[in-house]
Amino acid sequence: MSLTVVLAEDSPLMRDGLVGVLTRFGHRPVAEVGDADSLITAVRAHRPDIVVTDIRMPPDHSDDGLRAAVALRREHPALPVLVLSQYVEQSYAARLLDLGSDGGVGYLLKDRVSAVTEFVDAVVRVAAGETVVDPEVVRQLLHRQQDPLRRLTPREREVLSLMAEGRANAEIARQLYVTEAAVNKHVSAILQKLDLRVDGEGHRRVLAVLAYLRA
Amino acid sequence: MHHSTAWRAVGRSPWKFLTSSWPWRSLLYLLTGGLFGALVLTVLAALTLAGVLSLVAGVGAVLLLGVALSGIVVSRVERRRLRLMDPDPLPDPHRPPAAPGVRGWLATRLREPATWRELGFTAASLAAMWWMDVLVLGVSLAVPVLLATSPVGDPDAWPLTVLALCLVPVAPYTITVWAGARAAMTRAILAPRDGELGRQLTEVRASRARLVGSFDAERRRIERDLHDGAQQRLVSLNVLLGMARLDAEPGSSVARQLGTAQEQVTLAVDELRELSRGVHPKALTDHGLPEAVGNLTARSVLPVTVDIRLPHRPPAAVETAAYFVVAEALANATKHSAATRAEVHARLHADVLTLSISDNGVGGADPAAGTGLVGLADRVAAADGRLRISSPAGGPTLLHAEIPCR
Repeated sequence: MSLTVVLAEDSPLMRDGLVGVLTRFGHRPVAEVGDADSLITAVRAHRPDIVVTDIRMPPDHSDDGLRAAVALRREHPALPVLVLSQYVEQSYAARLLDLGSDGGVGYLLKDRVSAVTEFVDAVVRVAAGETVVDPEVVRQLLHRQQDPLRRLTPREREVLSLMAEGRANAEIARQLYVTEAAVNKHVSAILQKLDLRVDGEGHRRVLAVLAYLRA
Repeated sequence: MHHSTAWRAVGRSPWKFLTSSWPWRSLLYLLTGGLFGALVLTVLAALTLAGVLSLVAGVGAVLLLGVALSGIVVSRVERRRLRLMDPDPLPDPHRPPAAPGVRGWLATRLREPATWRELGFTAASLAAMWWMDVLVLGVSLAVPVLLATSPVGDPDAWPLTVLALCLVPVAPYTITVWAGARAAMTRAILAPRDGELGRQLTEVRASRARLVGSFDAERRRIERDLHDGAQQRLVSLNVLLGMARLDAEPGSSVARQLGTAQEQVTLAVDELRELSRGVHPKALTDHGLPEAVGNLTARSVLPVTVDIRLPHRPPAAVETAAYFVVAEALANATKHSAATRAEVHARLHADVLTLSISDNGVGGADPAAGTGLVGLADRVAAADGRLRISSPAGGPTLLHAEIPCR
């Protein structure tokens, strides 16, 4: 399936790279912009399937891309947004994931674009409504031992980290060399330990991931 | 201590001391002291007497005012004389007059504590120190001379002559020790107080703060250049390599080489990222201390509890100083202390940012041991703050910083 994409990235080199990668896999960049204000305008004009934006852009060269993403999400709650960042900053990830789970959300290190196939895969998954978080974010979180997560066993934490990367149970089972039933058991144990309400599997998974990221 | 140099000289081997310039400088110091004291005593006594007698005529008040302000002149001379004993010059404690003319000068001088301290010094100098000068000179120089000369022609007086000869080499010691003491007292009383140095100190602090500020601005610029330039270029290059890999036959040598090239570029990007993060953390500029420290601890191998609650963002210089204190403290805890837990705590109380970082490691952090602690202390001092560290052997280590937000 071909996705329409609005791209926001201030470095022309990088922008060309992104356009090249997306078109190569059959997606259609409908607008390429270089600053946060144009991004908002372009989204209003094109209503794309997904927004892919750099965090650091003009006018302020701070977190303009992220602020624009948050504003866009308020305007269109189901709009999938994938944010690219030069650095992994927990605070950025947490703010992005606060957008809620109505539409897909992704937070990736910019370097991941060079793993072309995986990157395009992440774009497709976010457009499909999944939450995709850079493995680096997850790796850093694993260093932290904070309260709700302290209750998890190392194995459960492993499962949760794979969930945070947006993987499905079958995939997690393959990765950990266990049965899918075992993964299901871990997942429900995790949800229970994190005191998450039961209302729809996908939603609860996102909540678990969010709890994990905010820890 | 500079003013103990005379005494330190006394402690050296006798030969070295006696051939040094110290005995002569001390002698000169006491001789000028004695002469100058005599002069001041005469002039002030005369002025006071004349002032009291002519008080009715009104001229007396002016004369007595002159007596009251005499400390200024005496102290100026004393500061000059001190150079004989002390290579470190004493700065003038007086402020420039607030208004031009005699009246302005008088108003400023009469209100300054330094003026009255100098008058007190003059009084003490005449009442006690001057007599001591004369006494020491007399005992150490006149007595041997008298002993040696009095019993001329008396053949039984040779013990006195021997005694006099024995007293001669002792004289330089007595003179130097007293001169050193007198110089130390003079310095203690006449040295400007910190408040009087206010302008200069503020100037020094301000210039130091400017230096650190411009240094930080420079760091921010470097970080931005790295981000907008080299990093972006490398990442784009890596994307191009990734695209090329798609075109290469899977498993072919070209594909393998492209893969290796990608790994290398990725490593370079990682290194650049770490480098520019060390230069200046982006989150600090964008969101302030709590978030920047949160990101820092997220990357730290050591579990860190962060408790930072600030009602508003402190000034950038304060934030930066605080951030680097935390970064350095955590780096030390991770590297040297074998800690398993650390805590970062920060509050804003009455416009002072108090910051404490503790870990449960083995302690023994020594600022002298070339860790970044000295640089940190300088950074905090430039922001007008204080940095204290307690790190007994066996731990725990506590770093405490207080930085005013003005």
